[in-house]
Amino acid sequence: MMLRHLARRTFLLAFVLMALTVFSFSLNYMFPGDLLSNITGLRDISNEQRQELSLAMGLDQGYLQQYIDYTRRIVAGEWGLSFSSQQPVLAEVRSVLPATIELATYALVLSLFLGIPSGIIAAVRKEKWLDHTISGFALVGYSVPVFWWALLLIMVFSLQLGWLPTSGRIGVLYEIPHTTGLMLIDIWLSDLPYKHAAFRDAIIHLTLPTLVLATYPTTVMMRFVRESMINVLEQNYIKTARAKGLNRAQVLLKHGLRNALLPVTRQIGLQFSTLITLAMLTEVVFSWPGLGQWLIDSIYQRNYTAIQAGVLVISTLVIVVNISTEVLHTFFNPLARKF
Amino acid sequence: MMKRCFLPLALLALASGCTPAPDAMTLNGLVYCAEGSPESFNPQLVTSGTTIDAISMQLYDRLLDIDANNGNLLPALATSWQISDDGLTYVFNLRTDVQFHQTAYFSPTRPLNAADIEFTFNRILDLNHPFHQTATEYPYFDSIAWHELVKSVKAATPQQIVFQLNKPDSSFLSTLATDFSAILSAEYGALLQKNKQLPLLDSMPIGTGPFKFREYKKNVLIRYYRNARYWRQSGDLDQLVIDIVPDDTKRLAKLLTHECDVAPIPRLAELSLLAKRSDFKVDQQTSLNVGYWALNTQKAPFNNVKVRQALAYAVNKQSILQAVYFGQAEEANSLLPPNSWGYNAQGQHRNFDLAKAKQLLNEAGYPNGFTLDIWAMPVQRTYNPNALKMAELLQADLAKIGVSANIVSYEWNTFRRKLRAGEHDSVLIGWTADNADPDNFLRPLLSCAAAISGSNRTNWCDSHYDQLIADAVLTADVNKRRQLYFQAQDYVAEQVPLIPIAHSQRFQVKSINVTGMHINPYGGISFTAAGKTR
Repeated sequence: MMLRHLARRTFLLAFVLMALTVFSFSLNYMFPGDLLSNITGLRDISNEQRQELSLAMGLDQGYLQQYIDYTRRIVAGEWGLSFSSQQPVLAEVRSVLPATIELATYALVLSLFLGIPSGIIAAVRKEKWLDHTISGFALVGYSVPVFWWALLLIMVFSLQLGWLPTSGRIGVLYEIPHTTGLMLIDIWLSDLPYKHAAFRDAIIHLTLPTLVLATYPTTVMMRFVRESMINVLEQNYIKTARAKGLNRAQVLLKHGLRNALLPVTRQIGLQFSTLITLAMLTEVVFSWPGLGQWLIDSIYQRNYTAIQAGVLVISTLVIVVNISTEVLHTFFNPLARKF
Repeated sequence: MMKRCFLPLALLALASGCTPAPDAMTLNGLVYCAEGSPESFNPQLVTSGTTIDAISMQLYDRLLDIDANNGNLLPALATSWQISDDGLTYVFNLRTDVQFHQTAYFSPTRPLNAADIEFTFNRILDLNHPFHQTATEYPYFDSIAWHELVKSVKAATPQQIVFQLNKPDSSFLSTLATDFSAILSAEYGALLQKNKQLPLLDSMPIGTGPFKFREYKKNVLIRYYRNARYWRQSGDLDQLVIDIVPDDTKRLAKLLTHECDVAPIPRLAELSLLAKRSDFKVDQQTSLNVGYWALNTQKAPFNNVKVRQALAYAVNKQSILQAVYFGQAEEANSLLPPNSWGYNAQGQHRNFDLAKAKQLLNEAGYPNGFTLDIWAMPVQRTYNPNALKMAELLQADLAKIGVSANIVSYEWNTFRRKLRAGEHDSVLIGWTADNADPDNFLRPLLSCAAAISGSNRTNWCDSHYDQLIADAVLTADVNKRRQLYFQAQDYVAEQVPLIPIAHSQRFQVKSINVTGMHINPYGGISFTAAGKTR
């Protein structure tokens, strides 16, 4: 059963990825400007070069063959050059992606740590003042626009109080060798004399962006866990467990939580695309040198090769995360395996 | 159960990292927040002020320097110089104690000598120079027609370099003192040639300046280390980081939180705010610069002089001075600022006069006006702190004479590239002098050579004008030169390839603990003597 499900999901993944590459391939034609420039990212192409490149890119062939060549190049890592820097796009993506992943991961982890417990508390204390407070916070956090919230926090904590920096991943005077691209891990792996100071500084820089980015997923978690928990607690098997003499905590942990959190795994996958979108906004406000800021800069610079690469990477990421959380969800929840 | 124990443990590990460790080392560095990324690390190849500020004074030295107080020339890499009586031969004696940067990618084996000067200037001059072809253009040198001016650059002895000119040029020494005439290392060039890595000369720089290159992350930062073997007295900074913050508001915010120690041109509106705070110091100085509106004279209808005159009458400079410069600038009537010796106080002025503008448009055959694009640069420079706002004011002024204007802007690098390609109708831009010579305004901004090399944004090419400014540098007689510059300026006022708008004061904001930094009225910012008190 599970295998069949897995096969179906893999097939879906392959299909979606193919649709994505078709779209990305067609962007070459839809962007304004020279086709060959759009594909290669080269700015000024001489006539001899043009001949040679057209042949190499298979432009004399039909669309189908061109598309096959295109996907072959994508797989081989030949993503062309960035219009603005004339550096390989893939290398640029590689250098900015870790920053986004780092930020998004911390925010997600934080939202789980904050959101799940407060959701449970709200459910247990349903319709009491604690529930109202938590739900109230959740509603506000859910509705507040992320860029406004970020600016507000900057105004209070950076400009008024002067506690936290306004932008960047770490004070620019710290020179951290690039190994994994994940700042905290890189600092940990380094043997700099100012390692501890750098670590502190990185944490201070992380605080505001993580808080801002975590706000939305935290509130979603709160609301979702609360709903799901309330649902579960009304089930007959909970009543039975109570009747059998288990105390409240035992019931909650052994029977309630496991069942209530099942839909949450799925929710994480569904929230991931929102998280990435919000991460892009957060990156822009905090000058966080991640994929989002890079992509938005590229859009502003009309850097077509970079836009294409950014779209490809982000969509792939979202799709893969979505499908894999769904597979996980199915794995833990046999009920979901009915087709 | 194992799983549940693991998380608190991980948290604990994380927290232990946050505990305030005794600062192993307070970083002794200075952060300068710049408004854009540099295009290159070689001043020979650029004219943009953003790039010059970031690289020129930091990485390189020149044969001569300019005294910031009076504009006189001072010895730098050259200790002394002689000019022959016919004004065609310049001989420079060089310092013997100047070392090039020692970095991870280059170790010099010898001090600076005449071969380096020869290498540097022959790159521009000699078509067969191994590095000549690695750059498509040398904008400043092209704009002053370096090829026609200089016949040869040769080392006479290891400590003596000789420039032979084709014709006398009274601005030649000033040219050698500009930020563009930075001295490169011939030995490094030879190494790159051997390794077949020619383009690195301009992206992995080696100079003799107070700082050496460490790393560059595009749109993020440039990191320099101190050059411990610098030949001059320098400050005690270990590091200079140029943090690239294109957004004006963010730059101000970073200044307020002391993430930046120094920032160029703050928005003038915020000056009073900063001046009130005790932890900042605002420096102010009159500067040789001009902000102007250049009309692309190669495009219709700007090829019609009446149209250009009409537009000049339609610009309300006084309201721009108030709204954009907050009164911290004076109205410009010519490219040259009034404190330049070439400025003509009795020169032609054109006042704001909509009736005349309309009449001229009628005569030019555009009674109903036309549509034009105003390109507004996306960054703030001293000469124009807010081009978008200026464009909006112009838009409103122009609407009154029936001309409808679209405002166009791109990211700064794209903007300059498109500008160079001449895609614009008109552009709001400006120029900061690199030396005190009037030639430094009149030639790079309006000559034919500059139209080709790209610093002449009007693409105006006029043989009469070119003749006037060429004659001016042929003579060493200052009065004669001044007369010729007066004529040239009057001619520009009549032909209006561009409309000068303002000469701005130059401002710089720094944290109170930054020492040894003064604003220089000429060219780029310098951190040579900068330090920081704790």
